[in-house]
Amino acid sequence: MKKKATFLSTLSGTIMFFGLWQLAALAVNRPILPSPVVVVPLFLNNMTAELGLHFLASFTRVLAAIFVATVFAAPLGLALGQMPRIDSIASPLIAIIYPIPKIIFLPVIYVVIGISDFSKVMLIAIIIFFQILVVVRDEASNLKKELILSVKSLGAGRRALFRYVYLPASLPGVLTALRVSVGTAVAVLFIAEQSLTTWGLGYYIVIETYQVLMYPEMYTGIMGMGLLGMLLYFAIYAIELKVSKHMYVE
Amino acid sequence: MIEVQNLYFGYGEASCLFADFSFTVEKGEAWTVIGPSGCGKTTLLYLIAGLNKPTGGEIRINSEKITRPRPSTGLVLQDHGLLPWATVLDNTRLGLKIRKFYGPDGKHSPADMQMDEKKNKERIDYWLNWLGIGRLQNMYPAQLSRGQRQRAAIARTLVLEPDLLLMDEPFSALDAPIREELQKVMFQFHQQSKMTSLIVTHDIEEAVVLGEKILVLDNCCNRFPKIVPNDLSGAVGKRSDPDFIMKCSQIRELLAVCANSPPLKEH
Ligand SMILES: Nc1ncnc2c1ncn2[C@@H]1O[C@H](COP(=O)(O)OP(=O)(O)OP(=O)(O)O)[C@@H](O)[C@H]1O
Ligand SMILES: [Mg+2]
Repeated sequence: MKKKATFLSTLSGTIMFFGLWQLAALAVNRPILPSPVVVVPLFLNNMTAELGLHFLASFTRVLAAIFVATVFAAPLGLALGQMPRIDSIASPLIAIIYPIPKIIFLPVIYVVIGISDFSKVMLIAIIIFFQILVVVRDEASNLKKELILSVKSLGAGRRALFRYVYLPASLPGVLTALRVSVGTAVAVLFIAEQSLTTWGLGYYIVIETYQVLMYPEMYTGIMGMGLLGMLLYFAIYAIELKVSKHMYVE
Repeated sequence: MIEVQNLYFGYGEASCLFADFSFTVEKGEAWTVIGPSGCGKTTLLYLIAGLNKPTGGEIRINSEKITRPRPSTGLVLQDHGLLPWATVLDNTRLGLKIRKFYGPDGKHSPADMQMDEKKNKERIDYWLNWLGIGRLQNMYPAQLSRGQRQRAAIARTLVLEPDLLLMDEPFSALDAPIREELQKVMFQFHQQSKMTSLIVTHDIEEAVVLGEKILVLDNCCNRFPKIVPNDLSGAVGKRSDPDFIMKCSQIRELLAVCANSPPLKEH
């Protein structure tokens, strides 16, 4: 069925990554590409100082966006999945909006909800929102009528149905949607943070370091952003493995 | 036990599946319901289970009018009933978990329910073993054969100790040897437990093997129940006996005609 990423494969990937980086640094041999031997200790050092705060700011924004998106998209997706008539009205609209790269709404969002952390979070939330919406809707509409009826016949009312059927049925889909959209979310965050804030890795990388040619520091910011994406990816993946055990049976 | 009184039902205005339809199932009887596809067998079962509401008339179980699923009615549907993300054990536990979730409220669970974890565990083990799937507890439905899945669905229902068992074509997706094996199992179960049961089937032989009384439905708006008393139930190994063959052809004849007039009383 699905293929698990093992600890060993992750480790060897990491080693190869830093190895190639080192080779490239040696080959280029200019300040624009410092060696990981310089960057990694600097990164570890700065993470306990200001860089750590930038990291935290970005991390919080992504988490808030994931939270907002899930809270709105999951119930709506469930409702659409269970009400085919409403879904048939809404789905053409969703199909149109779904593939649009949401970053283009950045100025619109700034104009409509103002320039604040909230608008940055909203932008990312919108991206994740549609991913989750579509997945949850499809999962919910794939639930067999017989399944719902037999669980009802075991005594389940609305609340128990939600707890024992809808929630576990849509959770794996929500997690997969989150995992695949987290990369885009971090990318959009990178762009959104370049303006109108003084906190966040996007700001740190572009304004505080790149524009003043502090290349090793810039790379610590890039590492931070990479780490952010990776941490989220693997955290979600770990939960996914726990939650969707039945998909990984032989 | 079950009183269907002047039942009317159809999906939407134009459709008529039951009109002024009445029959009574006594406590401890094993009934089978047979009829051509689309005649309303599943619908009747859902009505009795409280999953559909009659448009007219009423259904009473133990004199209580059915308006929603009744906690001590057990329902087994053909396939698809198990949670795909839960193991056999968790699926079997599902009804108990739902009961615990609500507590003994008389609506979702029997008001006199007792939650004894140890007894529950014993009951789960008992039924899983009795149905021959005790060793498959940690498997997911996708890893099981259809017959094993159906056994798990039955175990899940029996663990709740129902007083009425409703089954919709429980064995129709199985191949003949496994189907006959499960028919035997269910007949034994009925003999031991004397539980009132209603099993929907489209297989004439199965109707005769499992039903002490056979209700024959037809495609032209059921008004008058055609009920065939049957003393051959349990004759699992006697499918080629003349009596058995006679019974089957009697039912085949009933299936062929529409009961637009009251049937002659058979007593
Ligand atoms: N939810 C529904 N909405 C509208 N019509 C329905 C619905 N469910 C069933 N019907 C119709 O009602 C009739 C009876 O359906 P039912 O499922 O009770 O038949 P059945 O006797 O169980 O048939 P089968 O042997 O094929 O399972 C059929 O004509 C079917 O198309
Ligand atoms: Mg049916």
